[in-house]
Amino acid sequence: MKIAVCVKQVPDSWAEKKMINGLLDRAGVDAVLNDLDEYAIEEALRIVEPLNEGSETPTHTITLISMGPDRATEAIRKGLSMGAHDATLISDSALAGSDALATSKVLAETIKSGGYDLVFCGTESTDARMSVIPAMLAERLGWAQLTFAGVVKVDVSGNKVEIDRMTDAGVESMSANLPAVISVIEKINEPRYPSFKGIMASKKKTINTKSLSDVGVSASEVGLATAWSVVDDAAARPPREKGEKVEDAGNGGDKLAEFILEKRIV
Amino acid sequence: MSNVLILVDHASGNISKTAGELAAFGKRIGGVTALVLAEPGSGAVIADQLKTFEIEKILIAESAEFAIHGIPAIADAVASVLASHSPKALLISTSARGKEIAARVAVKSNSGLITDAIDLSENLIATQSIFGGSFNVHSHVKTGTPIITIRPSAIDFTATSSNPTIENVTVEISDVAKLVSINNMQPAVKGGRPELTEAKIVVSGGRGTNGDFSRVESFADSLGAAVGASRAATDAGWYPHTHQVGQTGKTVSPQLYVACGISGAIQHRAGMQTSKTIIAVNKDPEAPIFDLADLGIVGDLFAVLPQAEAAINAKKHG
Repeated sequence: MKIAVCVKQVPDSWAEKKMINGLLDRAGVDAVLNDLDEYAIEEALRIVEPLNEGSETPTHTITLISMGPDRATEAIRKGLSMGAHDATLISDSALAGSDALATSKVLAETIKSGGYDLVFCGTESTDARMSVIPAMLAERLGWAQLTFAGVVKVDVSGNKVEIDRMTDAGVESMSANLPAVISVIEKINEPRYPSFKGIMASKKKTINTKSLSDVGVSASEVGLATAWSVVDDAAARPPREKGEKVEDAGNGGDKLAEFILEKRIV
Repeated sequence: MSNVLILVDHASGNISKTAGELAAFGKRIGGVTALVLAEPGSGAVIADQLKTFEIEKILIAESAEFAIHGIPAIADAVASVLASHSPKALLISTSARGKEIAARVAVKSNSGLITDAIDLSENLIATQSIFGGSFNVHSHVKTGTPIITIRPSAIDFTATSSNPTIENVTVEISDVAKLVSINNMQPAVKGGRPELTEAKIVVSGGRGTNGDFSRVESFADSLGAAVGASRAATDAGWYPHTHQVGQTGKTVSPQLYVACGISGAIQHRAGMQTSKTIIAVNKDPEAPIFDLADLGIVGDLFAVLPQAEAAINAKKHG
């Protein structure tokens, strides 16, 4: 079993963000591993660990795949310290400003040459929040799409995987043959904290840095200039104007009702 | 003149209210063509419900494959209609499913995709609210057919009536779209209240409820509103996590948001600060929620909400 987990380095959710020319200023904020990706790494670990039990060199492996600047190795290291075996980072100055269509293309081309049985992803990155990369990967690879999984069951000998897709619409039990692209929701597991041993071991693990040409994508297919969509402008939302604040002197509820009725929302 | 294509969301034979919202946005750009993908024999029933919106044409494609194979099969159908009808734009409502359909159609048709727009202009400039509502971004698609998913409740529309032409279309579902089988579908249990992300009004409760949501629920019902909860309330087990509004929960953008006993931590504000009108009820006059409230009542929600409910009910029945 060979598993790839797609991970992304994102700005810390709580950090104050700046936009420069319609792009997030990524250099100016603390960057971390997208925390939703940790659930994907954890789920992959839970699949390969029992399979590797007793063998000295693991034959069932997890490779982290990321696209980003060179400093994304920091986020990747965290995934390696959780227990992933190695990583591939596609880093190229031509990638700056790439949108989801370009990103999915680069990731799909990287995955194609890796001989993977499964690709795991988080459901979204906490910065862009589009939730489209897993579906785009499945489409580009021509693999089964098993997304928003709250339960994953892999039948290794039967070459099959079953999931429960959990969304607002309900729960769908789905199955497919491998290979498949799976995205997992937060409810699926509790990601482990890297142990001291894991952190030490991660320092010896390999991060293969590849350029665009290494993965067979032309610079003209990616980046800001060829993005399928463009940002016209971005501005910090003006703070809401403070409204009226009244002390409840026994008629607070009436005031509230009056306000709603005046607005004719009901 | 080419039309705007909207994908009609429906479940158990009933259209979602987002269909009307997509039609209202589509109308700004051009004539609206609605695409109904349905089980064999059920397209007409769904199409009939669209006559209260301004729609020029309804395309019905029926196939049993949609329910069996889900998103990839639906994306195949949408992409084939996109290719044959060359619309000015494709509008889909934002949801896990809507965004994934849009994602696959974008790849298939080599078209740009903008997700979760909260507004869309006649020249197809989309407004998005990002980083928990702290930035507004305008963007447009420059390659292929603009594919835009639109956040539910982003527009308020009035129902009209129209007399759309109905056309049945056949769509091919590729083998690749049949790789996944949906063996069982258990629809989410719906209460009598509107869906949180689609509701026009949301009434939310937080720590101040002390675990008793009865006042929040009954006030919500008097307004026909959905019920939300802060993370403090869901983490305490007072209300289901599916109702959590905030950074790690749902993002809502209703016409009216009433925060009851919620202090307004940044994590909660990220999920509701784009609401059109905000009312806050809190005992603590220093609660940060008052900074964004159009009306703030400093008081006990257990006194304020029943009084407000009585006044609303009196008006409704009077």
